[in-house]
Amino acid sequence: MIQIEYFLIVAAVMMFAGIFGFLTRRSTLAILLSIELMLNATDINFAVFNRLMYPAGHEGYFFSLFSIAISAAESAIAIAIMINIYRQMKDISIDKLQKLKW
Amino acid sequence: MDYQYTLLILLLPFLSFLVLGLFGKWMSHKVAGIIGTVSIGVVACLAFYTAYAYFGAGRDADGTFATELPYNFTWLPFYIGNLHFDMGIMLDPITVMMLIVITTVSLMVHIYSFGYMHGERGFQRYYAFLSLFTMSMLGLVVATNIFQMYMFWELVGVCSYLLIGFYYTTAPAVSASKKAFIVTRFADLGFLVGILIYGFYTGTFSFDFTVSGSVREFAGASFILPTALFLMFIGGAGKSAMFPLHIWLPDAMEGPTPVSALIHAATMVVAGVFQVARLFPLWITYAPETLHVVAWIGAFTAFYAAAVACAQSDIKRVLAFSTISQIAFMMVALGVCIPGEHAIIDNHGSLGYMASMYHLFTHAMFKATLFLCAGCIIHAVHSNEMSMMGGMRKYMPVTNITFLIATLAISGIPPFSGFFSKDEILAASFQYSPLMGWVMTGIAAMTAFYMFRVYYGIFWGTENKEYHEEIKAHGHLGEAPLVMTLPLILLTIITIFVGWTLPGTFGSYVSATGQAYVIHLDPKIAITSVVIAVASILLATWIYARSSQPVAERMKAAFPRLHEWAYRRFYIDEIYQFITHRIIFAYISRPLAWFDRHIVDGALNGLASGANGIGERIRPLQSGRVQQYAYVFFLGAVVLFFIMII
Repeated sequence: MIQIEYFLIVAAVMMFAGIFGFLTRRSTLAILLSIELMLNATDINFAVFNRLMYPAGHEGYFFSLFSIAISAAESAIAIAIMINIYRQMKDISIDKLQKLKW
Repeated sequence: MDYQYTLLILLLPFLSFLVLGLFGKWMSHKVAGIIGTVSIGVVACLAFYTAYAYFGAGRDADGTFATELPYNFTWLPFYIGNLHFDMGIMLDPITVMMLIVITTVSLMVHIYSFGYMHGERGFQRYYAFLSLFTMSMLGLVVATNIFQMYMFWELVGVCSYLLIGFYYTTAPAVSASKKAFIVTRFADLGFLVGILIYGFYTGTFSFDFTVSGSVREFAGASFILPTALFLMFIGGAGKSAMFPLHIWLPDAMEGPTPVSALIHAATMVVAGVFQVARLFPLWITYAPETLHVVAWIGAFTAFYAAAVACAQSDIKRVLAFSTISQIAFMMVALGVCIPGEHAIIDNHGSLGYMASMYHLFTHAMFKATLFLCAGCIIHAVHSNEMSMMGGMRKYMPVTNITFLIATLAISGIPPFSGFFSKDEILAASFQYSPLMGWVMTGIAAMTAFYMFRVYYGIFWGTENKEYHEEIKAHGHLGEAPLVMTLPLILLTIITIFVGWTLPGTFGSYVSATGQAYVIHLDPKIAITSVVIAVASILLATWIYARSSQPVAERMKAAFPRLHEWAYRRFYIDEIYQFITHRIIFAYISRPLAWFDRHIVDGALNGLASGANGIGERIRPLQSGRVQQYAYVFFLGAVVLFFIMII
């Protein structure tokens, strides 16, 4: 039986790796990957808390399933946006994309 | 006896105004004119029927004609001391008399305008405004309370403005209409303040002075009521062109001549007189001294206007100043009334009231005739200047005769109507003080002089042959069409007969107390005034009737300064110009404008630019860099996390 703390440490490492990536990477594609990383970290948490602390229920699993579905849809949309941006500007670096302010 | 149908007297002209105003654009001139004329014709019939029914109904037990209130309802409550603003119709002798005056003159002017305004642009608009004016003036005289009167009073002012500015493409008409509106508006401020003071202290606006017991309790030894009445009189003075608020009336002659006849001679300008007459029981009971002030203002105005009229060369201007002078006569007649015993009105002391109303009636008829004649002449020679006329009697016989009769009437020659009414005014003035009597007699003599001066200047005197030949070469110099001369003849017939063929006398219809008053001609006053009038006429004949006027030229040469001053109307307009432009505009309006532009606007502009500046400072926060937002969000989440832990 693996202790709950090990799962949480892995999830926390993934979470902060995602945050770090989100804040530092310039490519929007890399940022998207970071977001996925953060989402997966939370999914792990949902599943682990459900399995180890409330084994009678299934809410955590369902929530993870929903979350995976949503992250798939979100990636599709995000990549579509990126393709459009690339067609317009020939670049998808985040620091070039400042035109939609105000 | 009910007078329900009197509502139609107001409704019909209003409907005709709506129809002509809204749909006039798609009507031919003829249809528009007929709609206006027929509606006013029906109203005139109704007014005459009302008069017949009212005076035919006989007197009450106390010898007065009962005041009828066919309609009276509360329109707006004020929530202060039970005050309310009513609308309704009230019939009493002076109202009924005014109904006849207004509808008669208005009908004549409607018929006359067919000829005078023929083919004019805006013909339908003209008839629409005439209808609106008639409605407003009728509403003014039937008012049951002073607030309703005020409302219609302002409507009348608007109509006057619209009609003076009828030729709105010409600059003088535009400035004249503005002048008339601003001057009367300024005076009406006094009226409004007077009404409010009166209403506040007495708790009523009603003209029914018998039930308003609070008036009696309150007024005792107070100065409030005389002040309120005098403020209301200022409004009346503005409408009735009393010195020094008369300056708009001569300029109002820029409007079409029939309008001058209807509004600026016969009906609207007597609204001030009517107002004083309407409030007469208050004046005579509580403010007789103030009433005498009104008399002296009137006397000065009458003299001033007569003096100016002697030197004018524009015939409409002469008639305008004679109107001012005659209205001042009516004011004087009201002003010289003296209360009887125990401050109660009696017919003897208040002879002037009857005289004033009588003169109002006769003056409306003969002054309308004079203006309509002047319109015929202007129509023929296309000019207002006397120098373009002269010798017109050959070309315009009907106009000549009617003008002569109206001139004799205004000069006070029997048996024409003006003699009877003017004689009563003189009698009332002598009764007040011999000084006032002689002053007014002198002004009456001046009236005869300047009216015959203008008569001879138009119809006799030096003929401007060259100009007349030129007109004949281009068309036609002669009598106006029947549609224009018919009103002249009808009004002249009234002028000839009204003085001595009325069953009973005028005093048996209208008098201060309401009881019948038999007019006695005082032979001394009558003979004096006739002799003086005849002497002035002879003098005018001697000076002006010949084909050259050496005497007039010599007089002009002997007193160049005086003639110039009178011709320039004693520079009253220039004084106004000076006061408004050089003093009020320069020392009051300009600093105020500066204050507005720099302080008021500056404060608001500062507020706006301050907000703008703060916005500029805040704007960089919205950088558009997504990672920066995320970083801030993350820091915020961390901070919240620590706060929750603690």
